[in-house]
Amino acid sequence: MKLPRFSRKTLGIPYAVFLVFFVIIPMLVIVFYAFTTGVKDPETGAESFSFSFSNFLRFFSDPTKLSTIVYSLVIALVTTVCCLLIAYPVAYILARSRLKKKFVILMLFVLPMWINFVLRVNALREIFNLLSLAPALESLTSANYFKTIFGMVYDFLPFMILPLYTTIMKIDQSLYEASADLGGSALVTFTRVTLPLSMPGIMSGVTMVFLPSMTNYVVSDMLGNAKVTIIGKFIYEYFGNDWHMGSMVALVLLVVVFLSSWLSGGFKADENVRGTNL
Amino acid sequence: MKSNLLVRCLKAGFVGLILLLLYAPILLLAVYSFNSVDNIGGWGDLSLVHYQKLFGDPVILSMIGNTVLLAVVAAALSTVLGTAGALGMYYCKKRLKTTMQLMNQIPVVNAEIVTALALTITFVAVGIGKSWFTLIIGHMVICTPFVVLSVIPKLKQMDGSLYEAALDLGASPFKALMKIVLPQIIPGVISGFMLAITLSLDDYIVTVYTRPTGFETISTYVFNATMKGNAHTAKTLSSFWALTTIIFVIIVLFVVISNLAGRRNKEESR
Repeated sequence: MKLPRFSRKTLGIPYAVFLVFFVIIPMLVIVFYAFTTGVKDPETGAESFSFSFSNFLRFFSDPTKLSTIVYSLVIALVTTVCCLLIAYPVAYILARSRLKKKFVILMLFVLPMWINFVLRVNALREIFNLLSLAPALESLTSANYFKTIFGMVYDFLPFMILPLYTTIMKIDQSLYEASADLGGSALVTFTRVTLPLSMPGIMSGVTMVFLPSMTNYVVSDMLGNAKVTIIGKFIYEYFGNDWHMGSMVALVLLVVVFLSSWLSGGFKADENVRGTNL
Repeated sequence: MKSNLLVRCLKAGFVGLILLLLYAPILLLAVYSFNSVDNIGGWGDLSLVHYQKLFGDPVILSMIGNTVLLAVVAAALSTVLGTAGALGMYYCKKRLKTTMQLMNQIPVVNAEIVTALALTITFVAVGIGKSWFTLIIGHMVICTPFVVLSVIPKLKQMDGSLYEAALDLGASPFKALMKIVLPQIIPGVISGFMLAITLSLDDYIVTVYTRPTGFETISTYVFNATMKGNAHTAKTLSSFWALTTIIFVIIVLFVVISNLAGRRNKEESR
């Protein structure tokens, strides 16, 4: 057999194979596990699968699970809104300032991202320990929620600032002038020009923050005294004993991700959400 | 004019305040890493005791070594695979290209825990035990898509006719690729590699699910030490202050040096 002639296209084959084996097939395995239940044969140890929806029914009929999901969504929502409220002014001020060194200031916002994420959360934990409010207050569960949300905002803020900064930078300066010439006040210019044009940045920042704040249980465990449960933690808990349920939760998250990226047009496949290609 | 000044002060104040909040925890740890007390809030003498603890603890040193080794290996493999993948993807037919780009995007948008669970179940289902192999595959799955995303824009900027010219002048396709294409996309390859390193260094979730037993990285070790501290880890908590400070200083130095080098390059090319 003759080997195919070397061409640039063949270079893609190893990665295509890699993607099929370690991305596509695992996703299909998740779907398979989510829709089956397994019975282990006590003698051979082999698992026999049967198709069923019982994982879904079991999960969504459990009131404690449902309330955790609601809590988790609220935490993620509050985190995302806080990030947006802090990041938008920062990105806007930096992008529109005439400072020559604004890139340095932007770097200052990104720099903490390169410190190991668990070490960063640990630093915050030490601060909270130092500040540890009155013991009575500390024992409140709401304190745990506050700390979790604070920690998530602290950790995910750069992911919001970067896409916002890049989109606001791209807005044509003359549009502001045009708006002013046509009699638009500063407020009108902002709501009718800047805000609509920075929507893509807002969307990609929101997806970058919302998803981890539903699933990254490191922050909620370390700062919430392990009393705050988020959706990602379910998968961890099921991982020890029931993969079918775990896969089901994963599948739900998968569907949420795909819907939100599809809605926000996040499947522009060449978009680098980490935005480090500044 | 006066209100203008006020607005500028407010703007600067806001940005400064957020920066202060971002850096306060890290700077506090940095200050305390040079103090002799074991818990933040007290105040003792200037001392390097936490650094001694850090460098005197073989368990901690080995987990730092693990983290760095894993990051370098995973990032290097991801960079090779991703760069080749980006080239192949860029030059193939439209439909195949879109499919590849969509597949590439899955680990990027997906929650890390879903990626981790899916991989682990698959490994167990086909009977691959957790080992260095599974760990590195796990890290490659999260790193490689970002390498591809860093390289593709450089390919788009490149002048395609140079490659054709090299072929016309008698270069083999492989030689043309190495001598003509690679030098032009190398900035993207390097930034992809750096991104892969930082993603791997930072990772907790994929590591926890795919690692061989007993393997610890900075992320897993610090998480365990703070969450379910035993006698050994409780004593090491304050050495993390020293570790955080060292990493912080390395990063600051790296950023400053690369900025200075970048500026010099720009001036030379002028």
